Amino acid sequence: MEDFLTQLTSKYNFWAYIVLMMIGLYAMIAKGNLVKKLIGLSIFQTAIMLFYVAIGSKAGATIPILRDSTLKGVIDFVEYINPLPHVLMLTAIVVSVATLGVALALVLRVYDVHQTLEEDEILEKIKNP
Amino acid sequence: MIWEIKLLALILVIICAIAAINAKDMLSAAVIFGIYSFMMCVQWLAMGAVDVAFTEAAIGAGISTALMLAAIFRTSRRTKD
Repeated sequence: MEDFLTQLTSKYNFWAYIVLMMIGLYAMIAKGNLVKKLIGLSIFQTAIMLFYVAIGSKAGATIPILRDSTLKGVIDFVEYINPLPHVLMLTAIVVSVATLGVALALVLRVYDVHQTLEEDEILEKIKNP
Repeated sequence: MIWEIKLLALILVIICAIAAINAKDMLSAAVIFGIYSFMMCVQWLAMGAVDVAFTEAAIGAGISTALMLAAIFRTSRRTKD
């Protein structure tokens, strides 16, 4: 039990990412407004990005920029944070804003046709036009 | 960074996420989502990912909030949930 509690508290940020991910999933499934669904999608994406960057970070390390430019010898990789997840998540941020733009354009088109953004009202209008 | 600030930013991120999906007005939901993105930027700064932090500040807090506000002003601010 003591062991379990120390595990739980020492990795509190990972639990927070899981909570964020579940909030996003709930918004995508349960909310009726289409823009609310998109906000949920973005929350889900950022939770996954946070998870990846958290895997790459380490305690006591500094940002991945060479500290001493005159240093020509061996660089100790333990002093620096792993930059590979940063680069991958940089791409993911740019892709997420692209998907958000396309989705908002589709939402505008839906609003032009049905004059509403609520999912139940749209389904009602499709059933009996 | 000091771990209290990290924990505070993490709690603020979760509070902003819950507030953004529960807001009654779509305009306030979009603005709270902008605050959420900025808190995410602080979170990345705390992890030492400075390049991701400023990309998030420009793209997440800047462009996606602007896109969402533009879409809300062209449609309706009304929401049921």
